[in-house]
Amino acid sequence: MMFDLAFIWAGLIAFAVLAYVILDGFDLGVGILFPFMRSEADKDLAMNTVAPVWDGNETWLVLGGGGLFAVFPLAYAVVMPALYVPIIVMLLALVFRGVAFEFRWRTKDGKFLWDLSFFGGSLVATLAQGVALGALVQGISVEGRAYAGGNWDWLTPFSLLTGVALVAGYALMGATWLVMKTDGPVRSVAQRIAIWTGGMTLALVGLVSLITPFLNPLYLDRWFGFPNALFTVLVPAAILAAAFVFIKGLREQRDSWPFLATITLFALSFIGLGISFYPYMVPPSLTIWDVAAPDESLWFLLVGALVLVPMILTYTAYAYWVFRGKVDPAGGYH
Amino acid sequence: MFGFDAIELARIQFAFTVSFHIIFPAFSIGLASYLAVLNGLHLRTGRDVYLRLFNYWKTIFAVAFGMGVVSGIVMSYQFGTNWSVFSDKAGPVIGPLMGYEVLSAFFLEAGFLGVMLFGREKVGPKLHFFATLMVAIGTLGSAFWILSVNSWMQTPQGHEINDVGQFVPVNWWAIVFNPSFPYRLVHMVLAAYLTTALVVGSVGAWHLLRDRANRGARVMFSMAMAMLIVVAPLQIVAGDFHGLNTLKYQPAKVAAMEGHFDPHPEGRAPLILFGLPDAQSETVRYAVQIPYLSSLILTHDLSSPLPGLTDFPREERPPVAIVFWSFRVMVALGFAMLGLGLWAAVLRWRGAMYDRPWLHRASVAMGPAGFVAVLAGWITTEVGRQPWTVYGFLSTNDSVAPVQAAAVASSLVAFVVVYFLLFGAGTIYILRLMGKRPDEGTPIEVLGPTRAAGITPAPAVDDTFIPAE
Ligand code: HDD
Ligand code: HEM
Ligand code: HEM
Repeated sequence: MMFDLAFIWAGLIAFAVLAYVILDGFDLGVGILFPFMRSEADKDLAMNTVAPVWDGNETWLVLGGGGLFAVFPLAYAVVMPALYVPIIVMLLALVFRGVAFEFRWRTKDGKFLWDLSFFGGSLVATLAQGVALGALVQGISVEGRAYAGGNWDWLTPFSLLTGVALVAGYALMGATWLVMKTDGPVRSVAQRIAIWTGGMTLALVGLVSLITPFLNPLYLDRWFGFPNALFTVLVPAAILAAAFVFIKGLREQRDSWPFLATITLFALSFIGLGISFYPYMVPPSLTIWDVAAPDESLWFLLVGALVLVPMILTYTAYAYWVFRGKVDPAGGYH
Repeated sequence: MFGFDAIELARIQFAFTVSFHIIFPAFSIGLASYLAVLNGLHLRTGRDVYLRLFNYWKTIFAVAFGMGVVSGIVMSYQFGTNWSVFSDKAGPVIGPLMGYEVLSAFFLEAGFLGVMLFGREKVGPKLHFFATLMVAIGTLGSAFWILSVNSWMQTPQGHEINDVGQFVPVNWWAIVFNPSFPYRLVHMVLAAYLTTALVVGSVGAWHLLRDRANRGARVMFSMAMAMLIVVAPLQIVAGDFHGLNTLKYQPAKVAAMEGHFDPHPEGRAPLILFGLPDAQSETVRYAVQIPYLSSLILTHDLSSPLPGLTDFPREERPPVAIVFWSFRVMVALGFAMLGLGLWAAVLRWRGAMYDRPWLHRASVAMGPAGFVAVLAGWITTEVGRQPWTVYGFLSTNDSVAPVQAAAVASSLVAFVVVYFLLFGAGTIYILRLMGKRPDEGTPIEVLGPTRAAGITPAPAVDDTFIPAE
């Protein structure tokens, strides 16, 4: 039962979610940092670093949700009503920030409104995603094939903590992205922000990781039983290494290092989360096999995914390559 | 809220959000193809008017597309939040189709959108044309998959139902190419092209009314009117076939569209042009009708039997009045579009297409007609499917999520407020962009291949470009 269709799909969905967290993470982060940009020109520049790619980044969120609907419909049907409020809030916030990309160039007097909508939308969407994650980790009550809790079960100190941690994390990613993609004042502001958001992120992620094993005996067992304990031991080491690369990169003006180190940190945390969860899709009661669609659905989409995902990765990489390097504030970019 | 229960609120919310969403794709499917044509024409002929028009419409496209994307993301989560039982049951069938939509269409659009909007200078005209083409193909791909989903809900086949009540796919070919899908796909894509042609035509006409010699305005008006005269008749024929298909698979819907309460076992059904359908008394009051015509249209003879609503138990009938009226709005607009196309064709033949203000005024007035027809058509389709979500298998009442009315009500209010504010602002910005003359601004060489485009760098946002607020 190990390497069956449901297992492969769990891996693919996890990949889509990680891709989303990294890709939209930095562009939501840029939005969160918007108030720290001093001048109009700095704001324009910061936004232009993500303008050509944000839509592609957000499509991974559609793949995450749509993929869940397709291959784990029961998980989708249970989780969405359980996280009703954070999900709706996230969707509305994404509307605010998504339209800002175009709207803020279409008006002079109203521009500040769209700056606000870009910042607020990014911040609230991130917070909602973090809260949703925390609520999922805490567990969702299920009866039969439906969510059995109330409208506000998701709201706990723990979920608020994960919300704040994600805001810090995305801000960090946005800051390191700006360090990599810009020069001049934006870059120096971003360097400073990277340092303190880096510290905050480490502290908050550390706190979340300390609490998580005690939320559910299952997680505890996961982390201190063999062979996972190996990973448990390795994670702090890997995080230290990433932190080292991060600081060295900032010190020595190797502008892509801090960003790459941050991505590594996110990937590690994500793998850690996967270890806690597996084999559950909706802890504490539904495993990936409980929620999987019939095999006919799984293989039908898998065939397409195996062909199309490599193609998507190729042309996404191409699009990033077209817009590689530092963004030139003097135009020519557009 | 106002005595609605969770299910009514969920239906209102779905109808509201999807109606807003469809407005943008209806425009961007057509506009993406138009942009690809303009880009290709420029590549072949080298005439700068095509590049100017490309840049002009590209900016408008970017604004509309952005709104389409964000309203679409809302849709893809709404199945889970409000219709979770439906998602659990129908997910195994329609989920993978939507998965294919994401993988084959959304990524394609989004991946090449950046290059299309910002990358002309970086990749050169040929690759830029390729990127535009990919965006256009992507939008058509989303129409393909989502309409397959919707059509399967209308005319489901190729599945079995398992012991937990889920639809289990058996034959994917039968599911994707379900009986109503080809008709719906053709009809919707034509609708998108018509919608775009009407918008482009009305913008061209607006500028012709100010300056008949404006080259950009002439080219876009001419292209739009040519499109109209080709596509409007095709759409009417496609609509007729679509109706025949519906008669075969969803007779109650057709009866509601026609306003036929009583069956006509001997055929010879009259076509009710107007009237007030009354579901209580099962009659159409003040009916204005043309004898025999309904039978001629629907069965192409005078003697085949036609069902009426009274053939179906009351609880299986769709709400008649909405379906009856929205259908008439769509059909009337379809003929109005044909009329406009014919008028322009006659004047073109006489060499006077650019000189008749009344033609231009009419084109301006018809600018929004495509959107209205699309919405009316969808309302006919979706309300006519009631009381089912999956026709004949899963009722709307059995599809709804176990969320409380208060939650749905507050999110509904939030959606209404946010959508009207934000998409209202977007519409104003689009109208402003349309108000700009198509050949205004710096000469094309300075403009460069990409300067005027998409997201304009701040220094270029001057007051000639955008009228002050
Ligand atoms: C520009 C838009 C437009 C125009 C001019 C028309 N339609 Fe339409 N119609 C649509 C846009 C549309 C649509 C939005 O695309 C619908 C909704 C769902 C669908 O598949 O197509 C639709 C649905 C729809 C249906 C419902 C089918 C079903 O759900 O079972 C029928 C029978 C017709 N149309 C027939 C016509 C006829 C006879 C027209 C003649 C003038 C016509 N339409 C013009
Ligand atoms: C985009 C154009 C569309 C419009 C304007 C539209 C309109 C509507 C309307 C008015 C209703 C409410 C019907 C009623 O309650 O009486 C509805 C319901 C619904 N439609 Fe559509 N629809 C569209 C497309 C779609 C598509 C593409 C799908 C499926 C993929 C879909 C699936 C549904 C579902 C699940 C419901 C809710 C259940 C129900 O109330 O019937 N719709 N839609
Ligand atoms: C309930 C039904 C629907 C759902 C769940 C849905 C979902 C979505 C999503 C998630 C996006 C954003 C994609 C991105 O990130 O780039 C989107 C955009 C789009 N959708 Fe829909 N959609 C629905 C109905 C429709 C219909 C009926 C059509 C057309 C026939 C359509 C055509 C498009 C197109 C062409 C886009 C590209 C963006 C744009 O044109 O503005 N969708 N949709």
